[in-house]
Amino acid sequence: MTKHDSNTVAAIHRELHSHLPSEPALRTKALESLLVEKGMVDSAAVDAWIEAYSEEIGPKNGARIVAHFWLDPAFAKRLLENAGDAIKELGYEHDHLIAVENTPQVHNIVVCTLCSCYPTPLLGMPPNWYKMAAYRARTVRDPSGVLGEFGVSLDRNVEIRVWDSTAEIRYIVIPQRPDGTEGWDEARLAGLVTRNSMIGTHRDLLAHPAEEE
Amino acid sequence: MDGIHDLGGREGFGEIEVNESDEQFHAPWEARVRGLVNAMSRAPDWNLDWFRHCRELIGPSDYLARPYFDQWVQAYCAMLVNSGYATIEELASGKSSAPMEGLPEPMSADAVKGARLGAKRYDREIAQDPVYAAGDSVRARSYGVNGHTRLPTYVRGRAGRVTSHHGAHVLPDANALGEKHHEHLYTVAFEASELWAEAQGRQENVYLNLWESYLERN
Repeated sequence: MTKHDSNTVAAIHRELHSHLPSEPALRTKALESLLVEKGMVDSAAVDAWIEAYSEEIGPKNGARIVAHFWLDPAFAKRLLENAGDAIKELGYEHDHLIAVENTPQVHNIVVCTLCSCYPTPLLGMPPNWYKMAAYRARTVRDPSGVLGEFGVSLDRNVEIRVWDSTAEIRYIVIPQRPDGTEGWDEARLAGLVTRNSMIGTHRDLLAHPAEEE
Repeated sequence: MDGIHDLGGREGFGEIEVNESDEQFHAPWEARVRGLVNAMSRAPDWNLDWFRHCRELIGPSDYLARPYFDQWVQAYCAMLVNSGYATIEELASGKSSAPMEGLPEPMSADAVKGARLGAKRYDREIAQDPVYAAGDSVRARSYGVNGHTRLPTYVRGRAGRVTSHHGAHVLPDANALGEKHHEHLYTVAFEASELWAEAQGRQENVYLNLWESYLERN
């Protein structure tokens, strides 16, 4: 039985800090060896997860959803109404998902001020900056300053909507479709969608990203 | 708890390190940690909110300095010790001094293929009707509480508007104590000018998901 007691765990943290190996790689190695010896983990399953993250779980999933949104207005409507149900049509799963759409008048940006909640099955692992104090602290208070550091400047009349992921609901931002992509198919469109554009730290996607330099 | 993890609106952290490669993990041990956490046997009385609470209980200076995945290592080590599944000596050496009994079998490599990462529901039907509806004016509770909670300091006591209702979701405050209790969950929009003195006249809104007991009618 677990005793869910804050003070006990805080004291364990302090004790661990002075006893565990000094390098995170060594701490991780010791943890895995111990769990294997105790029969609490199968290293082959750890390997299989790492392979899954490198091959299946990543921002290409979100990018395909965005491209499909641009191409199919009926899907777009379903996604905005109930994103968790709509993405099942494309073979993805994410319960408690909300899609928020950028428009010429609205820019959306997602943060988790309390930890680092992120729609991992659709976007993969969050970038480091998403998990660091500066982004978590500043995005709810100075979103235009944060966007500026990512190279995004908004017209004064654009409303900024900041989504703080405080519950088990996750957000995916739907960026605007770039001009000059008429007639493009889903795969080609998905290739333009950046990870940051689905978090909201990138706004203007380009049909020919190389020109961005 | 009024811990260092509650970062929304705090100042002094400087610029964001925006230039970062697109790779999912930045060191092999980070990938190992992610895989370990997905694959390991779990105690039936562990849950996401207990993990979050154990992470936020890392001492403040340690929390800010420690890399993200190393916070995971630290939190899981503390959870293992706290639940009696490992000792500090075992975690330091990587050698087991006693076998583990009574925990479910760990995940097999074959099971990873069929694992459905995003399919996990936290909501449930409850008998009580929701107190609020979209459009209602509400105010976030003004005081902090001990233990785990998901009401950030920066909205406490501030007025907002309910924009949607999501049914009843498991209440983090109780879940972190090992108690399953479901409560109505809402999205509440706060105008930036209600939150920050310097934000007068800005066209900005901050949206949070807040449980019914975090709110009062305004």
